[in-house]
Amino acid sequence: MSTVTADTAIERAAMRPGLFAAFWQGRTKYLLGAIMIALALIMLLPIYATITASVKLPAEAAAIPPTYFPQSFSLESYAKLWDYQHGLPRYLFNSFATAFLAILFTVLLTVPAGYALARFPIPGKELLFVFLLTALIIPYQALLTPIFLMFAQLKLTNSLVGLAIIHTAIQLPFSLYIMRNSFEAIPRELEEAAVIDGCNSFQLLTRICIPSVIPSIVTIALFAFITSWNEFLGALVMLNKGEMFTLPLVLAASRTVNMLGGTDWGMLQAGVTVSIIPCVAVYLLLQKYYVSGLLSGAVK
Amino acid sequence: MYSSPRSKWLGLLYLTPALLFVALFTVYPLTQMIWVSFNNWTLISPPKFVGLNNFTKAFSDRQFWVSLTFTLKYTAIITPILMIGGYAVALLVAGNSPLQRFTRTIVFLPVVIGLGASSLLWYWLFAADAGFINTILRDLGLIRTPILWLGVNADVSNFAIIISVVWKVLGFGMILFVGAIQAVSTEVNEAALVDGASGWQRVRSITLPLTLRTILLVTLISVIGSLLAFDQFYIMTAGQPQNLTATSVFFIYLNSFPYLKLGYGAALSLILAVFVLLFTLVQMLATRRSHA
Repeated sequence: MSTVTADTAIERAAMRPGLFAAFWQGRTKYLLGAIMIALALIMLLPIYATITASVKLPAEAAAIPPTYFPQSFSLESYAKLWDYQHGLPRYLFNSFATAFLAILFTVLLTVPAGYALARFPIPGKELLFVFLLTALIIPYQALLTPIFLMFAQLKLTNSLVGLAIIHTAIQLPFSLYIMRNSFEAIPRELEEAAVIDGCNSFQLLTRICIPSVIPSIVTIALFAFITSWNEFLGALVMLNKGEMFTLPLVLAASRTVNMLGGTDWGMLQAGVTVSIIPCVAVYLLLQKYYVSGLLSGAVK
Repeated sequence: MYSSPRSKWLGLLYLTPALLFVALFTVYPLTQMIWVSFNNWTLISPPKFVGLNNFTKAFSDRQFWVSLTFTLKYTAIITPILMIGGYAVALLVAGNSPLQRFTRTIVFLPVVIGLGASSLLWYWLFAADAGFINTILRDLGLIRTPILWLGVNADVSNFAIIISVVWKVLGFGMILFVGAIQAVSTEVNEAALVDGASGWQRVRSITLPLTLRTILLVTLISVIGSLLAFDQFYIMTAGQPQNLTATSVFFIYLNSFPYLKLGYGAALSLILAVFVLLFTLVQMLATRRSHA
């Protein structure tokens, strides 16, 4: 069989030498290209499946076996999600508010701290830096029990502020590291020139230093957003009132519950789609910041 | 300009909020965890000092070993898949052709999606009757009756969850490997090309040795992440069957929260933290060396 194919191939090559030779020479290139396309398709299939399931009519979304290509189009699953328990707007608000607070705390804490570590002659600086990185040696999963006890006393359980504090604690070492490095990278000549022009130290920070580290601030804000938006275990531990749930919590809770005791697959996939969209959007828009942050934060 | 006597205090002032935050929300809970682990505490009754009881209890608790073994098994299976797979994909897409950049973006995409969302997505794909995995396998003629992927058999569940997590985090290692591969100087590669080295020879004797440190680092990050696995198991199996797929973090969660055995939960957390710390120390040593 294979000899026949090979012979035909050679005959064809003899007929159209230019075209086939070009293909044969570049065969590795085409093969690798085909592998890449196949890989990209496989990676995209689950996302295709969830989006199409979310816009099928609920009956089709629940069909056994499922349909590969949607036969219907409907936003009914989204309508159901909109009204699910305390309603999608409530959960979106909780998730966005927590993420916003986490970004705010992270930036407010690590920008001045990074500046201080990069520039000021603070006694025992190296030791303080190590102290600030404590969270690197202890996984936050292990700290949740004592944090829960503390938050119970401080009335910070069932609170978005409390949850945002946990998300900030998770992000702090990485963000501080990025901020310190980027303040260190500002050319000292730039600051000296500003001082000669009469800048005081506060103006130096707000007019010269902060504008030069804006890309790093975008990076740490982006990571804080993605961490907070997606974080699950901390939210599961800290929140037990339905109206305080973040999006991942309510979706996880909805996976086993509908009137028949089964899962409403259409609504669940609508929820997955909704929770995927902001992450994918900020990633595609700010890919440069994300990848550079990952490379400098993880490998250095 | 940062050398005036005042600037020392100004610097400390800028640092203070972060210091307070870390003291309050990381270091204090850490000491608290150690203290609570020597007590019996259920929130309702006051804490009672019990010495090392919680620790001896853990080591004789069958579920402790079930969870630990299962977590190690999960880690041992998924790590080589992520490393070899991530590296292979990185080699494939490390160049800068449009198709390579596109594939890179797509493979990395699931990394930014939450583990919760991706687990719910795969929970559906692996559903016995409404899921696509069984439908595809049946349409390909590979199976006749649907496979019960999740929560019935521990090994089958582990396998299914590993597939979902590989999809979700393969791009993480890939992007770090791509960074390392691109940093290998093109001159070295071109010299080898002139010497007649084949593609595979160049990978084996140039790229791999020169990216070894990144490989080690990504392996450790991935091992630590796997040892702390929770979301995917909580969502996809809820620990079923009979808590056989309850990972170590899951076991801590069960004791601390639904059961409110806080002292026991803290002791388990401490054991896990020390265990993970061993890996973290190796990672830090590797990181320090990369500065030199």
